[in-house]
Amino acid sequence: MDFRDTAAEAAFRKDVRDWLEANKPSGAVAGLGVTEGRVGMLRTWQRKLHEGGWAGLGWPKEYGGRGASLIEQVIFSQEYARAKAPSILNVIGIGMAGPTIIAHGTDEQKHRYLDKILSGEEIWCQGFSEPGAGSDLGALRTSAVVEGDSFIVNGQKVWTTLAHIADWCILLARTDPTAPKHKGISYLLVDMHSPGVEVRPLRQMTGEAEFNEMFFTDVRVPRDNILGDVNDGWRIAMTTLLHERGTLGFALATQAEIVLGEAIALAKKTLKAGRPAIEDPLVRQRLAQLHVEIQAMRLNNYRALTTVMRTGIPGPEGSLGKLLWSESNKRLGELMLEIQGPAGLLEGSGYAGDNGEWVYRHFRSRANSIEAGTSEILRNIIAERVLGLPKHK
Amino acid sequence: MDFGFTEEQELLRKSAREVLAERSTPAVARAVMESETGFDESLWKTIAELGWCGVAIPEAEGGLGLGWVEQAVLVEETGRAVLPAPYLSTVGLALPVVLLAEPGEMRSRLLQGIASGEMRVALALTEEDGEWFAPLKAAATKSVNGYTIEGRKVFVADAHVAHELLVVARLDDDFAVFAVPAADTAITPLPTLDRTRRLSEVRLDGVTVGSERLIASGKSLGWRPADRTALVIAAEQTGVAQRVLEMSVQYAKEREQFGKPIGSFQAISHKLADMLLLTESARSHVYYAAWAIDEGTPDASLAAASARVAGIEAGRFATAEAIQVHGGIGFTYEHDLHLFYRRAKWDELYYGDATVWRERVAELIAAT
Repeated sequence: MDFRDTAAEAAFRKDVRDWLEANKPSGAVAGLGVTEGRVGMLRTWQRKLHEGGWAGLGWPKEYGGRGASLIEQVIFSQEYARAKAPSILNVIGIGMAGPTIIAHGTDEQKHRYLDKILSGEEIWCQGFSEPGAGSDLGALRTSAVVEGDSFIVNGQKVWTTLAHIADWCILLARTDPTAPKHKGISYLLVDMHSPGVEVRPLRQMTGEAEFNEMFFTDVRVPRDNILGDVNDGWRIAMTTLLHERGTLGFALATQAEIVLGEAIALAKKTLKAGRPAIEDPLVRQRLAQLHVEIQAMRLNNYRALTTVMRTGIPGPEGSLGKLLWSESNKRLGELMLEIQGPAGLLEGSGYAGDNGEWVYRHFRSRANSIEAGTSEILRNIIAERVLGLPKHK
Repeated sequence: MDFGFTEEQELLRKSAREVLAERSTPAVARAVMESETGFDESLWKTIAELGWCGVAIPEAEGGLGLGWVEQAVLVEETGRAVLPAPYLSTVGLALPVVLLAEPGEMRSRLLQGIASGEMRVALALTEEDGEWFAPLKAAATKSVNGYTIEGRKVFVADAHVAHELLVVARLDDDFAVFAVPAADTAITPLPTLDRTRRLSEVRLDGVTVGSERLIASGKSLGWRPADRTALVIAAEQTGVAQRVLEMSVQYAKEREQFGKPIGSFQAISHKLADMLLLTESARSHVYYAAWAIDEGTPDASLAAASARVAGIEAGRFATAEAIQVHGGIGFTYEHDLHLFYRRAKWDELYYGDATVWRERVAELIAAT
């Protein structure tokens, strides 16, 4: 047991920190969505990350990645969060599409797609969820029918982050409607510029359009653009979902730590009933409780990491991280606004805390327990796969 | 970065679990509960012979010379087995104070006595107001041969089976800790909900002790003993929570209603998932805090206070929901769950409750 960095880890941490300090765009705000005004900046930023050798950190070197160890990826995500560097534009490409292509793609596919994912030249989105297939992803209905040397795709996808600027999409479509629901799905790589693809921005309750609806009408996809075999898409999709979280948990815990620090600073300068909010016993109890939860995230992540490094098999702690983070982050957002009182109602202005960023964060946090596995689905997963309880149904 | 146990630590856990599975069964706990003194001499002898009291005591003082990580491993296991012995009161409440006392003959005597198991020591801190970290009424005055102590201590854990009491009393403008032979005081056990860990009232009516029995001053101790005590109780809570979680998962797999195991209902399975989340979180906190204390890191106090809060949450939630998952049978005296519930409640309310420790966390995070 030793929570300190080894000499090599400390050196790597310093490299990351120095590079980020020297190169991150000035005045960039972490965590805000991909709004039109930010796309140019984010493209430039990703190119810079790639040139610096920081894109595709965990990818094998032969595919243009850095081949970094798990612990190095963790250190990078912690430092990235600490530096409040802007989000990585091609996050779906680097985090999900790329690793899946590396695992299941042909040499030709790897050659065609991987470089452009890392450089950000081609942006990817993920066409999994549908209006009728959210938590129950296997119920998806978008169809792909073979016609000559193409698949003809018809259907609708929803909650698609980045679709409005994406060049490519990893798309799950049903290729055998008669097979049991998980057996008739294929994993396609779809050119978003194909005729018949329509993207409509979906405004969230934050007011932003961070994600989209996608409509596919007789979209022709070359047969070569399938990953793996026909009807084997579900298995391949599991690879993608396995990569969805990656070392994200470490970044989220670090971000939450930073935000809690901001909440404490805010409570010191905000008056409540004539005295600084930080002196209010209930505010203190809630700040303390959040500290305990955020540290639990960090420490559970570390335990999971050690289990993986020692055994190669993730332990039960990992699946708990997302659940804890979503629920705590919502409470953190609520407390941030509550400390501010009426100033917590302003989406901007000098009267608002941090020019309204906290209002944004609070609103955005409502999605935390829905995206990437709802809290209810995560509890099912923990109950069934970790505790070995019988399946519900 | 490494958050795993060494082979020796794993071995310690394994052997403790084996011994406890045989010697610390619920039947043994029930027998101790019903007994007059709430104490089982032969069980204590086993613990002593295994060296469990001296895990965190230096080898030079007769201990095993290990650290708080190993101590936490053992206490997690004794919690899992609701060990009915004055173990936590000795190693969790008294030992931290003795370890941090002024080096000297008295400290050595106490350490060696604890390490061998021949001496059980109880911490006499709280008074009738039940406040943990507050001004005291008990007072010591310098006398010809040492000190005379006057006062009444209440809620003293396992005092009735202790050989020595660590009495905390005012002295001049500070407070001091005196090792007082239990026989020199008047001890009255009080009816306690966990009858394997009874609380007593202790009267000191002008008890005089030699000056060598003043083992520490408040200023020199500060919060350091409290860090260790908080850690040890949190480790016990983690063990208790883990055990009732396992019992509940087992029950939810076997018990059928409406033709299905109740564990297939989300109203049940989601409770169990939350129990796991709190238990694993408490465990992570406990071992980080133990490591931080062993290494003397700057955040050791914060880590210990956080562990205490996480431990309380896990113990309270897990034992309460375990009863709910078990339904009517879980509410019977015959079922063992209430043994764990009692222990968790004891751990929750003894040595500062969640509000007290969250305030401690707040104080530390707001200061930075």
